[in-house]
Amino acid sequence: MHDKTLAELKRSLDAGEFSSRELTQHLLGRIDRLDGALNSFITVTYDQALAAAEAADAARAAGKAGALTGLPLALKDIFCTRDVRTTAGSRMLDNFIAPYDASVVEKLAAAGTVSLGKTNMDEFAMGSSNENSHYGPVKNPWDFAAVPGGSSGGSAAAVAAGLVPAAIGTDTGGSIRQPAAFCGITGLKPTYGRVSRYGMIAYASSLDQAGPMARSAADCALLLNAMAGHDLRDSTCVQRGVPDYTEELDTPLAGLKIGLPREYFGDGLDPQVEAAVRDAIRVFESLGASVREVSLPHTHYAIPAYYVIAPAEASSNLSRFDGVRFGHRCANPADLIDLYKRSRAEGFGDEVKRRILIGTHTLSEGFFDAYYKKAQQVRRLIRQDFLDAFEEVDVLMGPASPTPAFDLGANKDPVSMYLQDIYTIAINLAGIPGMSVPAGFVGQRPVGLQILGSHFTEARLLNVAHQFQQGTDWHRQRPAFAEENA
Amino acid sequence: MQWETMIGLEVHVQLATRSKIFSGASTAFGAEPNTQACAVDLGLPGVLPVLNEAAVAMAVKFGLAIHAEIPEVSVFDRKNYFYPDLPKGYQTSQMYQPIVGAGVVEITLEDGTTKPIRVHHAHLEEDAGKSLHEDFHGMTGVDLNRAGTPLLEIVSEPDMRSAKEAAAYLKAIHSIVTYLGISDGNMAEGSMRCDVNVSVRPKGQETFGTRAEIKNVNSFRFVERAIAYEVDRQVELLEEGGVVVQETRLFDPERDETRSMRTKEEANDYRYFPCPDLLPVVLDKAYIDHLRDNLPELPADKRARFERALGLSAYDASVLSATREMADYFEEVMEVCGDAKQAANWVQGELAGALNREGLAIVDSPVSARQLGELVARVIDDTINGKAAKQVFQALWNGQGASADAIIEAQGLKQVTDTGAIEAMIDQVIADSPAQVAQYRDAEPDKRGKMIGYFVGQVMKASRGTANPQQVNALLKQKLDALC
Repeated sequence: MHDKTLAELKRSLDAGEFSSRELTQHLLGRIDRLDGALNSFITVTYDQALAAAEAADAARAAGKAGALTGLPLALKDIFCTRDVRTTAGSRMLDNFIAPYDASVVEKLAAAGTVSLGKTNMDEFAMGSSNENSHYGPVKNPWDFAAVPGGSSGGSAAAVAAGLVPAAIGTDTGGSIRQPAAFCGITGLKPTYGRVSRYGMIAYASSLDQAGPMARSAADCALLLNAMAGHDLRDSTCVQRGVPDYTEELDTPLAGLKIGLPREYFGDGLDPQVEAAVRDAIRVFESLGASVREVSLPHTHYAIPAYYVIAPAEASSNLSRFDGVRFGHRCANPADLIDLYKRSRAEGFGDEVKRRILIGTHTLSEGFFDAYYKKAQQVRRLIRQDFLDAFEEVDVLMGPASPTPAFDLGANKDPVSMYLQDIYTIAINLAGIPGMSVPAGFVGQRPVGLQILGSHFTEARLLNVAHQFQQGTDWHRQRPAFAEENA
Repeated sequence: MQWETMIGLEVHVQLATRSKIFSGASTAFGAEPNTQACAVDLGLPGVLPVLNEAAVAMAVKFGLAIHAEIPEVSVFDRKNYFYPDLPKGYQTSQMYQPIVGAGVVEITLEDGTTKPIRVHHAHLEEDAGKSLHEDFHGMTGVDLNRAGTPLLEIVSEPDMRSAKEAAAYLKAIHSIVTYLGISDGNMAEGSMRCDVNVSVRPKGQETFGTRAEIKNVNSFRFVERAIAYEVDRQVELLEEGGVVVQETRLFDPERDETRSMRTKEEANDYRYFPCPDLLPVVLDKAYIDHLRDNLPELPADKRARFERALGLSAYDASVLSATREMADYFEEVMEVCGDAKQAANWVQGELAGALNREGLAIVDSPVSARQLGELVARVIDDTINGKAAKQVFQALWNGQGASADAIIEAQGLKQVTDTGAIEAMIDQVIADSPAQVAQYRDAEPDKRGKMIGYFVGQVMKASRGTANPQQVNALLKQKLDALC
């Protein structure tokens, strides 16, 4: 039961092999047994899950089941959920119970999905290893010595470990794609503006985007169908029709033009990761695609530009956590300034403080032009690189990360950690969609192939990934941890 | 030494939208604390702002009214600072690309002359909540009902040269926004607040002196007093060889002085940057044209029309166009009675006197414009005489009748113009006053004019004030002279 894709689970539910309640109970049981070691959930919502499963079973009995009715999933703990604790992985929000549902949460619930709980994450989505969580690091189900990636590490690990067939993540600089790659699952970061951000706790507003993480591209398509679309509560969410993302899945790839960015295959790329990615690209050639090298000349500016823009926005977005209205408040504040200083000093972890300080500095008088404005100019150049490349090719491919999952504690230096996101960060700056799909292993640690398209080409990306998964079984591999505990 | 005063105003006008600038919560004044603050106003994690189009339309209307340039694109920025009544830790405002560009406001000085004051720009922003320092025993309460109320901040050039000019400018802004219906202009409820920038320099000097900013001055009167104090303070300081420091000061109306709040060195670095949650506001020409075509007549135009088309004096035109309520009232009276000058006299005479006595605003007048117009019409068509008209007005004021006609009818105030009826009353008075008639007859002809007053009084009394006084005079003279 815990090994199936959403599409397979739906067939079983439709066939009456088991009910949504049975499926939900089975997975809640697995979470109880296995998550102590994995630490992929911050909060498990047993009662709500069972109630939602029963409602889904009733809907199915009444002949009203949709594509996702009764299917379990988990939500990154960055999405506000009514009456359920929403922490964003931070001590600051350890006591925060959201009084409302995020748009994504609302839409997924309306589609009949059953949320099992809230998954672990780097604090306020700042991190690439899930080691920055107030609730402790998450283990990689493939290798407990390795990180699951971040910031959506809990979502990725839970799916890989068979605790839940799918999870929702967010991606600001690679936070869906990199953990998907590290945990051997399929993840999609949609075009900026495709999915509403309302109710998603903001890290960097101009970069944040929610997306599905699952066991196949087809499952991601099903989830995106439910998640995408305009929302009157988010001005940056575009008014643009939502296609049925499953419709193009089976389109043959003959004639597909693939570009390999020269800059994504250079120094620092693990040779075994490169080999796996090049093998995957040969699969596409065998499916009739043509491959050529392209250039994204401003790639090396992506990390510096990102680490100006994202912290600048974060420094402002996180100002609301002041101990006045909600969240952590220090004990016995002497005065207002003491309240602010100690509440924030105690509530935020080191990486969050580091980025608030960076952002506060770059926005300061006398530095704004040199940092923030310059970074925005660079951002336009990076976007233009992609637009130029997509004049020549349909999709870009490369590694999602320069290495497979690294060891817990391996990147103590923040900058070496930032450099892990070299292949994912530019995509957020450009606002384009990107996926990571399983494409092999280095030892027992998975490798992710990244597939990129121009704005609003999610259907094409899902088609490309799905066709790859029709011809390969990397996405069907399960870690021993999940198998042994079947 | 002769000193010149330079004054610039930043006026914050609360816009009269039904809901807040970035949320659907109500903007109504006076509700229980924190009952009109939704998740967005509270700055809960994950919430996002959505711009209220009504606030944009109001800002553009103001821009058009002051003949300002309306840029095609304007952008919201975040002004970052920590304060308990600022829920998000930043105020969403417009720093670099405001919605209204440079424009001009014409002010009218006491002598009736006008002077143009340049407006540098006006921008949209959200109001903060209120910190409540009373009633919490050493703690501070926060009421976020006001948080997110749309504000239009109107920033003038330092074109004003006296406290009087500053007050006239504030009145002109008040008049424009109330005419446009974009604000209730209620200063007591904080719908209009202003920051005053004041500097002085020796007359003839080109460069500006160092300015002080006086924060949150909330009435026309306080603006004048705060400036007067501040100018004296700066001049005294400079004449004693001191220097003015750039600082923010507070006006204390009770002690009638300004006090230092913080100096430039202590000022916040607001770290402005474009708000990534809001798209740039793009206004197309058709949208702006539509708003322009639907602008109401503005105070300056109205004043000019009152003078030229209605033939009112400059003073009357200025008083009657000063507020939209006054102008609306006057115009209705005029429409009903059909005579601009009579309408002006009544509105500024009998009505203004009664309102002043009772401390009422014109919108609270117990006599409606229609009622007053009907009353004036009866004076004009000679149905009643002036004395009776005052009686009718008083009756209307006291609610003793629904209309002038009803009161005239009920109290029998209709003017008697029937010559026969008046002659009969005169004959009776003459018959009843033999002694006075004898005196009249014996008097020198040039003294008789004064003596006729007694007879007029008696006749008016006999008619209970309703006889036409001119007719009574003429007929009495005829009859008495005939007896001589």
